[in-house]
Amino acid sequence: MLRRRIIACLDVANGRVVKGTRFVDLVDEGDPPELAARYADEGADELVFLDITAATEGRATLLDIVERTARHAFVPLTVGGGVRTVEDMRAVLRAGADRVSLNTAAVAAPDLVTGCARAFGRQAVVVAIDARRIADPGSAVARWEVLVRGGRDETGLDAVDWAVRAAELGAGELLITSIDRDGTQSGFDTDLLRAITDRVGIPVIASGGAAGPADFISAVVDGGADAVLAASIFHRRLHSIADIKRTMLAAGIPIRATRGVAA
Amino acid sequence: MRSTATRGGLRVAVVDYGAGNLVSIEQALTSVGAQVRLAGTPDDLADAEAVVVPGVGAARPAMNRLAQAGLVDPLLRWIALGRPYLGICLGLQLLFERSDEDGAETFGVIRGRTVLLGDAPTLPHIGWNQVERRRDHALFAGIQDGTDMYFVHSYAGLPEGLAAEAGILAETTHGSRFVSAVDRGNVLGVQFHPERSGAAGLRLLGNFARWATALAAGAGAERSPVGAGGTAGGD
Repeated sequence: MLRRRIIACLDVANGRVVKGTRFVDLVDEGDPPELAARYADEGADELVFLDITAATEGRATLLDIVERTARHAFVPLTVGGGVRTVEDMRAVLRAGADRVSLNTAAVAAPDLVTGCARAFGRQAVVVAIDARRIADPGSAVARWEVLVRGGRDETGLDAVDWAVRAAELGAGELLITSIDRDGTQSGFDTDLLRAITDRVGIPVIASGGAAGPADFISAVVDGGADAVLAASIFHRRLHSIADIKRTMLAAGIPIRATRGVAA
Repeated sequence: MRSTATRGGLRVAVVDYGAGNLVSIEQALTSVGAQVRLAGTPDDLADAEAVVVPGVGAARPAMNRLAQAGLVDPLLRWIALGRPYLGICLGLQLLFERSDEDGAETFGVIRGRTVLLGDAPTLPHIGWNQVERRRDHALFAGIQDGTDMYFVHSYAGLPEGLAAEAGILAETTHGSRFVSAVDRGNVLGVQFHPERSGAAGLRLLGNFARWATALAAGAGAERSPVGAGGTAGGD
């Protein structure tokens, strides 16, 4: 049976791992290759490396840091930030990424998703969606808007509609980040996750808001997520990956056995 | 081409046809003691003792790129000569006759074709899943049956013919069962990514290097005259 994955996320700016709250107030958290090796050793099932300033600075992905990170961890690595063309994606894969995440560029040019999937297979294409809840006290139905350029620009796109469209265009997985919850340790937006997992047949990664093991369980059980991503709680050692995995296992969720965890 | 060769260790050519991440497989093979050369031309295979074909994505662009590099015939010859060969993910799928994904004709070393995973609850199949062994092989020495390995694919090879059952080393279930490791004598293939499967994956690659070293030593004597020795095809 396919295991649910625990993903450690490295947000990288100026060559360092950083973490903010709702995409701002960035704090330095360490060296990307060092943290990658640590998380792989501690039982992370996958790593996500996001070059979070590439889109806003209009530059390509930092390939040398991607390569050093890839060499330090024998677990899968997804890389995002700064990929605007099929050839950009080829370069990031060659630098050691297993999969590439598209965000701002996919919204600007949806054909990019299809082109990348044709060239490398849809399993290599992750579409990342940064979603912010639309405040509408009058409506009974929650809605979310897609933001791009690191949460700076509104797009007017409905996040659930864009998720469905991205899957149709050729995305092999969706990385869904709740901007409202990002870095707040207030739990995942499981309504957002459920709204999307009910509509797509591709796997979904939950991101934004992890505080403790109960949130990981809720992302899977309530949100329907296939994988759960966190950053702050791992960087700051608030919870170990093994602790989270043991709690998920006890809740009946299939998890890969790693150090300190017997599946 | 780039080489990380040091003295000693199996000389492995990792076939480079522009289809994705070679850093991980190079790093993983190096870490188990192999000397790795990225092979983008037939000449790069010249002094290799084993070949690894990695890769992700669809069969047709991969076959086109291999053909452009002039690598298809040298790889088929390598296999026919009974020399050690490991296909990973797409590298395994290419060993079959054709792909349902885009209709591409592939190597035809193993009878059967590459088919979409049936009854899968989600596709692509991404993540860690159990590799359940159907029989013993040196490739899995010291690796517990049912160990999780990392998969990222939607299609898998479906062997056909008389030798189909005998060639299945392991299976994995995502919806229905599919073949996750095959053995055709000098040709081995795995649908998962050992280079991304942590300690168990590294052990498998170390096992491959030991198995290939033994096979290369044996096949070296048998290879003259050319054409002798066990071959993978014709089942």
